[in-house]
Amino acid sequence: MSKSWDVIVIGGGHAGCEAAAASARTGARTLLLTHKLETIGEMSCNPAIGGLGKGHLVREIDALDGVMGRMADKAGIQFRMLNRSKGPAVRGPRSQIDRKLYREAMQAELFSTGNLDIIAAAAEDLIVEDGPNGKPRVAGAVDGEGRSYSAPRVILTTGTFLKGVIHRGEERIPAGRVGDQPAIGLSDRLYGLGFQMGRLKTGTPARLDGRTIAWDRLDSQAADDQPVPFSYLTDKIDVPQIACGVTFTTEETHRIIAERIGESLVYSGRATGVGPRYCPSIEDKVVRFADKTSHQIFLEPEGLDDPTVYPNGISTSVSEETQLLFLRTIPGLENVEVLRYGYAIEYDYVDPRELFATLETKRLPGLYLAGQINGTTGYEEAGAQGLIAGLNAALAEQGREPAVFARDEAYIGVMIDDLVTRGVTEPYRMFTSRAEFRLTLRADNADQRLTDRGIALGVVGEGRAKAWAEKKTRLNAARTFARSVSLTPNEAVKAGFKVNSDGVRRDVFAMLAYPDVTLDDLGRIWPEVFTWNTDVREQIEIEAAYAGYLDRQRADAESLRKDEDLRLPADMDYADIGSLSNEVREKLARVRPLTLGQAARIEGVTPGALTALLAHVRRTRAA
Amino acid sequence: MAGTIFALATAAGRAAVAVVRISGPDTLRTVEALAGRAPAPRMAALRKLRYGGVELDEALVLRFEGPASYTGEDSAEFHVHGGRAVVEALLSALSELGLRLAEPGEFTRRAFENGKLDLAQAEGVADLIDAETEAQRRQALGQVGGALSQRYDQWRDLLVQSLAMLEAAVDFPDEDLPEEVAERARPGLRVLAEELDAALADVSRGRRVRDGYRIALVGAPNAGKSTLLNGLVERDAAIVTDTPGTTRDVIEVPLVLGGYRVLIADTAGLRETEDAIEAEGVRRARRWAEEADLRLWVVDGFHVKQLEALEATVRPGDWLVLNKADIADAVVLAEAEVRWAERGLSVFRLSARSETAVADLRACLADHVSDVLSGSEFPAATRLRHAERLGEARSYLARALSEVGLEVELAAEDVRLAARALEKITGRVDPEDVLGRVFSTFCIGK
Repeated sequence: MSKSWDVIVIGGGHAGCEAAAASARTGARTLLLTHKLETIGEMSCNPAIGGLGKGHLVREIDALDGVMGRMADKAGIQFRMLNRSKGPAVRGPRSQIDRKLYREAMQAELFSTGNLDIIAAAAEDLIVEDGPNGKPRVAGAVDGEGRSYSAPRVILTTGTFLKGVIHRGEERIPAGRVGDQPAIGLSDRLYGLGFQMGRLKTGTPARLDGRTIAWDRLDSQAADDQPVPFSYLTDKIDVPQIACGVTFTTEETHRIIAERIGESLVYSGRATGVGPRYCPSIEDKVVRFADKTSHQIFLEPEGLDDPTVYPNGISTSVSEETQLLFLRTIPGLENVEVLRYGYAIEYDYVDPRELFATLETKRLPGLYLAGQINGTTGYEEAGAQGLIAGLNAALAEQGREPAVFARDEAYIGVMIDDLVTRGVTEPYRMFTSRAEFRLTLRADNADQRLTDRGIALGVVGEGRAKAWAEKKTRLNAARTFARSVSLTPNEAVKAGFKVNSDGVRRDVFAMLAYPDVTLDDLGRIWPEVFTWNTDVREQIEIEAAYAGYLDRQRADAESLRKDEDLRLPADMDYADIGSLSNEVREKLARVRPLTLGQAARIEGVTPGALTALLAHVRRTRAA
Repeated sequence: MAGTIFALATAAGRAAVAVVRISGPDTLRTVEALAGRAPAPRMAALRKLRYGGVELDEALVLRFEGPASYTGEDSAEFHVHGGRAVVEALLSALSELGLRLAEPGEFTRRAFENGKLDLAQAEGVADLIDAETEAQRRQALGQVGGALSQRYDQWRDLLVQSLAMLEAAVDFPDEDLPEEVAERARPGLRVLAEELDAALADVSRGRRVRDGYRIALVGAPNAGKSTLLNGLVERDAAIVTDTPGTTRDVIEVPLVLGGYRVLIADTAGLRETEDAIEAEGVRRARRWAEEADLRLWVVDGFHVKQLEALEATVRPGDWLVLNKADIADAVVLAEAEVRWAERGLSVFRLSARSETAVADLRACLADHVSDVLSGSEFPAATRLRHAERLGEARSYLARALSEVGLEVELAAEDVRLAARALEKITGRVDPEDVLGRVFSTFCIGK
């Protein structure tokens, strides 16, 4: 095995797995450096993938031939399409995951990936050298034994290891995750480079022994009858499907927590990090929503042959004694045994405004950051960043143009633009409401949005390229047919449809725009419709239903594009530009926007400042 | 941004002369539409400006052909008399001709983009734009103290609140939320729609300034409407006889009150009649009165009960003149005054034949007209600038309201579009604001 690579990925979590796989797929000789091979692909928090916004991200990762979607399809034990009764743009695929199946599938996948070496070693430091311009740049990594691994591009995906501290009652344990040591040397290096840091916190509930839960007395939530896979390449889910239990906290639970509230991290006054508003601890729920006498809990099995149960909705940082006490006031958990107690963790993150949209740091060329270290939360958010970092590191090593996705192209683009332009104030999680092009960015059309681009970038393998080409042909044929046939109002009325006799001919899309007309109805007139596969039929129906809105979003996207296409140099000297206020100058210098559009999205950048930027760029180009 | 733009180039407010500039491809067409024949380039000419058959003012008109102009485009200047009414009439005419009120610094920006400014000047543009943006914001909010900005804040709050309910339904399907949480968006959307309707009604004020504020004299035959009209306009505009039903059509008389153009109309006495011509007159009188900005009921002091027969058509805000007050029964008049004042009418007791009494009424009318036309809740510039945006937002809200219960993601999209249309008025509604509202309203956290 050689000692030098094109790209080194440090960390084997969800960001690291996608980063390593994407870099290798794009053709870079890649090394994945992780302290333990057996925790590659570990789901360290809740055993589920997908949801609203998150499911969209998984589909996008998949459309770019990433690994998360396919692995989840091999390990999903309770597939549910969220918002099934609502419109297609806001449906989100989600599944409970068997942690062991997922981990095993991911490890098998990565071990068989070409261009990818995997070494079990704890990275202890970065190698930093002077680049050709005399400025320092990254040149590799060193492990705890002093062995060095050289590469001009290094991607750090180290999660919560920066000054990570676990809190549980009075206990304080320095750690990245329970049982894992934080990498001191590596964090010293990052602090030494002078990155802007912030502090966040998150929490996890106790893990329960499912054999001590009275399941028969609880409500349950079943999987969908027809599980819909994450990956465009998966035809059918073969994994057996299970149900989750549903229970709730009681007034007694709340009384115990309220009495012992001082044990919790936040209410003890010791918290230094900011937690997510959308994932409050049970202590937070009891205090902030005191009028609610009961909170819902989902009991999620962590695997088919694993007794561990993840009680979703009651993350906590009170003492072990108190945890057990309040857990046993919950219906069905009267005799529950705890396998591992819950805790809160505080950690430092790097202000993502330190990054370009390629996820390369501005401070140290060649160094990329992806995942929780950038202030995000969630496997899907981490995986998507990993893919972008891996792809861009490989492209850069090949001397090619960077790959940045715009806000109208992908949730990935929305997330990264939010991160690098606005920074974060709490752990960043994807929601569909963050996407202004939500009706366009659907989970059902990620392949149409991204796979061709992925093929051009070289991050999509042959198998997927072929499958997509085949689907695209069918889709285009169906669209062409749908536009080529039409009915006069007379013909439509004769066929039993209620339309105005306005003399206008209506094609398939126009007919489908009527709320009570289905494709099956139209098949009576145009039997061709019945030859379409489900995926194609679905697309035609969605496009018809959203037609007016999608046109409007397209027009908006085009006007956005004008400013997005106006590129600003990465090394712009804002001091050179007259008539910028110091405040605006500082804000620009911090984010270093790469396009005029991005500059406009920075809070406090005035219309006048944008004009000045534009004038400056034109002058520099002319000179 | 393309298109032909206009702006008041001199300071707003009272001045001897005001200059309105326009620039863009439609300059020549616009000058011709308002001034008839366009003056030769770079030559000042005196022209009467007319729009919609109404003379706006006599103005000095100057025209430049691009690229030999400040902006580098075809452009023109109208130097008009500086009264607020004249300026407002001209601006609203330009707006109706399809021109757009310039963004802050847009003339200079165009000059810069067309290479008319050197580099040092170009860098100054940034300051100028920000200064003008700030000035415009202050002007938009400052005119009526904090009331307007409170109102805009309330609009923004309604947008955030409604979106929060819709987004909660979309983004958190597995959470323990109230049933039909999206439905909670509806009341806020309704209130906002009503607010926008009121603001849109206000937009028509510009046209009223230009075309004239319409006052209808209405009442039973022979109540003295024509006498009052002649008194108000100080000449014999209407034929006055003792024969009821003398005025058989609507007589419109233009006059200037409080610096504003006013159309005052004497209408046929309202009564049932067999005479076909008079019946048509009554019909026209009713329609004119219906559309008037102010209805002034005239009642003979000896027949105060006549007004009760017309009760259904009397509206709060109307004015009532109890005529022949010098000779009619003072007690009866006083009772009538109390009764109608309670119904929201402004009541005057006078004799239409008394010059001083009519002059007093004229002064009251002048105050009222200038109050209404200048004391708009929405300042003129804001109104013109935002009229289109308000209309756009209103139609998105209408669609959103129809979708709330059915297609929540489309309702949310329409509310988001409405918020964007209103962005310059209310400030941006960021997804963070919406999420913040969701998290503070509901206990989210599966």
